[in-house]
Amino acid sequence: MSTQHPPTTGVATPRLRDLFIGFFIVGINGFGGVMPFARRMIVEQRNWLSPEEFVDALAMCQFVPGPNIVNLGVALGGRFRGPLGALACVVGILVAPMTIVLLAYTALVRVAEAPVMVGALRGMSAAAAGLVVALAVKVATPFVRERDGLGLLMAAIAAVAVGVLRTELLPTLAICAPLAVALEILRTRIKAKHS
Amino acid sequence: MNQMLDLVVLFAKIGLVAVGGVIALIPEIQREVVDVHHWMDLHTFSTLFTLAQAAPGPNLLLVTLIGYYLQGLAGALIATLALILPPAILAYALGIWWRRMKGAAWLVPVQAGLNAVTVGLIASAGILLVRASYVSVMAGVIAGGTVLLLSTTKIHPLWMLAAGAVLGAIGLV
Repeated sequence: MSTQHPPTTGVATPRLRDLFIGFFIVGINGFGGVMPFARRMIVEQRNWLSPEEFVDALAMCQFVPGPNIVNLGVALGGRFRGPLGALACVVGILVAPMTIVLLAYTALVRVAEAPVMVGALRGMSAAAAGLVVALAVKVATPFVRERDGLGLLMAAIAAVAVGVLRTELLPTLAICAPLAVALEILRTRIKAKHS
Repeated sequence: MNQMLDLVVLFAKIGLVAVGGVIALIPEIQREVVDVHHWMDLHTFSTLFTLAQAAPGPNLLLVTLIGYYLQGLAGALIATLALILPPAILAYALGIWWRRMKGAAWLVPVQAGLNAVTVGLIASAGILLVRASYVSVMAGVIAGGTVLLLSTTKIHPLWMLAAGAVLGAIGLV
């Protein structure tokens, strides 16, 4: 059925139903980021990929634009079961969360004017904003720990441009991304020369 | 129908320039949806984001909700599809030979550079969301407390959303 080479984990190729169910469970469990749940399911529970294969797959998904979990499902499902496998993973990960969030929204709209609800949403919005700042702190921490001034400088430039000056994403990326990559390459060369 | 087309174009474009996940895209989505197209005010945007965060599943639910808010169920499905389909085609093609890219020397500086920019984009999303949600001193305290607790403890993020909801519901925010 599949024309792709299965990975070398020595595990039977998952059926379409397995792919769907595996990603479905990740979807309903993943509060505030699904990737840790996806890793546990794919590597530890179902043995679809070895830890190294998972790291590779994730690196590829981060390299491709778009939502990482969707790309991971597409790549993994596609490798085992072709286009239908990719579809099974993507529908699996999305169907329950989309249904839940739309039902929640429909319910919310009916009571949105109630003072209790207005207040609750204000408080939740503040906490949700805090969650994103906390995520920023978390992803910036390795740069601080490794005293990566160059990385922090590029991060600060992007943050000020997009967050404060409100520049458009595409031109900002068109300048910042090649610049950051070029400086990284330069740094690697200089380090290689000194060692 | 024009708005539907605009939705498709917007989210297809955003999906294709996305590096570092959906959170890094929030500033751009907000800019387009609130400032450029005037489809909703900042408060509504902030509420939709909060709802997406409170629900299980991937962060792209924000896009689903924006589509639903504007065009109902069809809008929700089409906006989501527009966001994920073009990158998915790319991921499918790359997935088949990803093992060949494994450990390629040129990937290391490319990823390090992109990572740094992603950190900046996530920080900018934080700046904008805090500004949008800062309706009172208490809102600032909740946001600050969330950052502090999440950075120093292993508390589950849902508890912070719940605490914010309770404080708000009793009229403190």
